[in-house]
Amino acid sequence: MDELERAILNRLQGGFPLCERPFAAAAAPLGASDEALIERIGALLADGTLTRFGPLYDAERLGGAFTLCALEVPRERFDEVAAIVNAHPEVAHNYEREHALNMWFVLATAAREEIPAVIRAIEAETGLRVLELPRLEEYFVDLRLSA
Amino acid sequence: MNQLDMKIVRATQAGLPLAAEPYRQVAAQLGVAPEQVMERMQAMLADGRIRRIGAVPNHYRLGYTANGMSVWDVDDAALARLGPEVGALPFVTHCYRRPRRLPAWPFNLFAMIHGRSRAEVEDQVAQVRALLGDACRGSDVLYSTRILKKTGLRL
Repeated sequence: MDELERAILNRLQGGFPLCERPFAAAAAPLGASDEALIERIGALLADGTLTRFGPLYDAERLGGAFTLCALEVPRERFDEVAAIVNAHPEVAHNYEREHALNMWFVLATAAREEIPAVIRAIEAETGLRVLELPRLEEYFVDLRLSA
Repeated sequence: MNQLDMKIVRATQAGLPLAAEPYRQVAAQLGVAPEQVMERMQAMLADGRIRRIGAVPNHYRLGYTANGMSVWDVDDAALARLGPEVGALPFVTHCYRRPRRLPAWPFNLFAMIHGRSRAEVEDQVAQVRALLGDACRGSDVLYSTRILKKTGLRL
């Protein structure tokens, strides 16, 4: 990783300007041209270092709903159940975790009323009980890690 | 939420165009003036619908391979005070209160910790435990072992 790439990761996780030529405005303090910055962001996206470059929206404030769900999946059925769960477009993330409750996924829907139907469908298709753990309060969210 | 805001969300949720004038490109696609796009995005940034604008890294690729979801059974009376304190620890990236589901799930506080190794995460978990003190009746750390799906927000 070169200096400009490190600067993108450490200094451009927020604060990208809203102006006519934002890449030029963001590049200047990094001592780079806007062409170089654009080229390097494209490279970081292409190699998977960045998942995205742009606005990070808060789904709930946009009017959408989020909830966290967990399943205890028998080891031998894990891949089959993962395929069933992932096939639902409302499943935004799904992680395998080391615990008896070994599958943890987030449902994101346009409205809160849509969530119970998705959970019922997943329970019917998998034959497993979904543990739903909606967020009751947010104390902090800011995933900004240094490179 | 007005219609233009929703169109802007749809046009930019996967990322901004990598071009010298990205907001002009988004505006052209939506058939509005670039100033309108910037003004609406400024409003969404101000009211929190946009958390931030910039680079969204893949934390695994940055070496943060240990992802520990630490979960805590905290005295309800103390949670309003302690939750924000746990959230303020520099290594905690997400922190929420969630319902207990007894008997299977006694934990009401979730603090996500990303570290470069499990040893680093364990050290950070110990700091959370010290902060919670007697208010904590039990805890666990669930490490992620595989990403099964990650599409993020799609509206």
